[in-house]
Amino acid sequence: MTAPAQSLPSRRRHLIGIAGLSPQDITELLDLAEADVAVSRQVEKKKSVLKGRTQINLFFEASTRTQASFELAGKRLGADVMNMSVASSSVKKGETLIDTAMTLNAMRPDLLVVRHHSAGAVALLAQKVACSVVNAGDGAHEHPTQALLDALTIRRHKGRIATLIVAICGDVLHSRVARSNILLLNALGAEVRVVAPSTLLPSGIEQMGVKVFRRMDEGLKGADVVMMLRLQRERMEGAFVPSVREYFRYFGLDATKLAYAKPDALVMHPGPMNRGVEIASEIADGPMSVIEEQVEMGVAVRMAVIEYLLGLSAEGNR
Amino acid sequence: MTERPIVIEKIRIVDPARKLDAVGTIIVENGVIVAAGADALNQGRPDGATVIDGSGRTALPGLVDARVFIGEPGGEHRETIASASRAAAAGGVTSILTMPDTDPVIDDVAIAEFVMRTARDTALVNVFPAAALTKGLKGKEMTEIGLLTDAGVKAFTEGRKTLADPALMRRIMTYARDFGAVVMHETQDAALAGSGVMNEGLYASWLGLPGIPGEAEIIPLERDLRLAALTRCRYHAAKISLGESAAVVAGAKRRGLAVTAGVSINHLSLNENDVGQYRTYFRLSPPLRREEDRLAMVEALADGTVDIIVSSHDPQDADDKRRPFAEAEAGAIGLETLLPAALRLYHSGAVPLMRLVEAMTSAPAALLGLDRGTLKPGAPADLAIVDLDRPFVFTEDLIRSRSKNSAFENARFAGQVLRTIVSGRTVFEAAG
Repeated sequence: MTAPAQSLPSRRRHLIGIAGLSPQDITELLDLAEADVAVSRQVEKKKSVLKGRTQINLFFEASTRTQASFELAGKRLGADVMNMSVASSSVKKGETLIDTAMTLNAMRPDLLVVRHHSAGAVALLAQKVACSVVNAGDGAHEHPTQALLDALTIRRHKGRIATLIVAICGDVLHSRVARSNILLLNALGAEVRVVAPSTLLPSGIEQMGVKVFRRMDEGLKGADVVMMLRLQRERMEGAFVPSVREYFRYFGLDATKLAYAKPDALVMHPGPMNRGVEIASEIADGPMSVIEEQVEMGVAVRMAVIEYLLGLSAEGNR
Repeated sequence: MTERPIVIEKIRIVDPARKLDAVGTIIVENGVIVAAGADALNQGRPDGATVIDGSGRTALPGLVDARVFIGEPGGEHRETIASASRAAAAGGVTSILTMPDTDPVIDDVAIAEFVMRTARDTALVNVFPAAALTKGLKGKEMTEIGLLTDAGVKAFTEGRKTLADPALMRRIMTYARDFGAVVMHETQDAALAGSGVMNEGLYASWLGLPGIPGEAEIIPLERDLRLAALTRCRYHAAKISLGESAAVVAGAKRRGLAVTAGVSINHLSLNENDVGQYRTYFRLSPPLRREEDRLAMVEALADGTVDIIVSSHDPQDADDKRRPFAEAEAGAIGLETLLPAALRLYHSGAVPLMRLVEAMTSAPAALLGLDRGTLKPGAPADLAIVDLDRPFVFTEDLIRSRSKNSAFENARFAGQVLRTIVSGRTVFEAAG
């Protein structure tokens, strides 16, 4: 089941994926993030550990919430944050990826936060720059900070990750969120399930450390956490599933299907949601939903990751 | 061009066309093999001959590589005919079949003649152009198979492409049969392969890369073999990569069809795990497969189901490779490493030397109808003198190809080409 190991230096400079992180690394990051939750809840939300540091958010793929979350995280740590959106249409076949990396590198940032539509692109870019790089999502590969914020949310509610039953539902095939979560939840000892029509499951899924279900009632049975994935619009109409209404009928999370999970189950979604496609509005806004809290945890986790990579955590201020 | 005769003495001679493996002498005069064997010296040495001591070395027929992509015309920044021929010479390859996916496409007598003329003027080795099956590789109209054959074209292929239209494929195969032309086809169903960039399976799934299922290769291959049965065309499956493909080819051969198959050295040497963390030099087409498929290809080579080994030499410049994996061009160079990489199969005991050499010499020569690929008297003196055991590391500075996208960079090999001779003329000599 093990994912291919990432080449990471002993003292980590980059966060490219959950693969390669040890359970201790993950726990350390979550503990660090826990402290940052408190910072964000203060009236005075600013730390000064990153004073004078420069963070560049480089997004080759449109994103509102992830970019905003990283921006806030950097600012609350006291860094100067710059956002660069490189519309994917103007980037011809990734040609400018290396060029862009070199150009930004010359501006001597301390941290690059990168999202790219192509798997492996962030790791490629990380090889070319002198600063730390955080993967904010690369193709269908990984989205490590999303998995960390999901884990933090779960841990705050359930007190642990180990032995929990987590059902990841929907478009696993195209989802970097699913891959990072499968890795992280397994590393911390959860029982991970995936629930989806087979057309939305990657080849070899049975060997990825998950139990595979094709029906929501079976997959959600006894689940502690129900994690819904976004279904991209272009995949709704015939290519992977026949229609929105059929998808919602069999795989959309509604009260009937959720009833199979434990009564105190958490409902999660990485956003942005397609209401009425993968999740019913009353569930998304219902008492079991922790979707808004995920967004809050996102800022804390990203603060923790940045502190960790730049060696600025309380223990390691160098 | 009266050159001094060459006499190579005390050399191990491996000549699969004659099933010969013996220590003896090779005598070359006027660019032609006069004698090669244990008793070649019976008539004495020719006067004024250059005598080479071949002790501890092995002479092979110069390799015939039936799948070489070149950038000339149109992509000279990647590779010219001259630079490819230098790479070939360094690899002991003395004849290459060049693919038609150039710009313009080799689909017309004038362009085929341009390649042959340029080769004659600039190349160190024999260059034979293959022509496209369809004009412009567009998959619509067949090329002038008769005129091209008469002009010296040795085979017809869509290069990297697979002809999708089965009706057109049938007509081309039928027409090609009348001219005795070889139809070489690399099979990958474009729709089924979709946006895939590596072998479908667990490894691709973890990397988040779209996969190409084996069926994308097998389905059009099965179609082609049925059409080969229907048309009785001389069909060559250019580059198969799966155990199941080999089984399909073996079935066609059992039914008596005039069918052969090739495999690239990459698919005999590497597997999908070599992609590692998105290493684009290992992005190939067909993609590198599972280890069990690699082993099946080795077995198919050993038992003769797969007839020939090709380098599938495919130069790509760094800018086209230094990209995210899914956006990088597929392909790797291979002329210089074809023989050393193949010799790994000999050293490991997987494939006997005779069979291995046959798959790179007399078998492809027979496929293309060349009087080469053998050391028998009367044949053009194309040969490679090799130290089968000499170790070396294939470092980037050794690469003679204009492009550096080798899947064997820094690989350790045993078996180095020391001298390459084309029509009696030494075109390569190893340093040291």
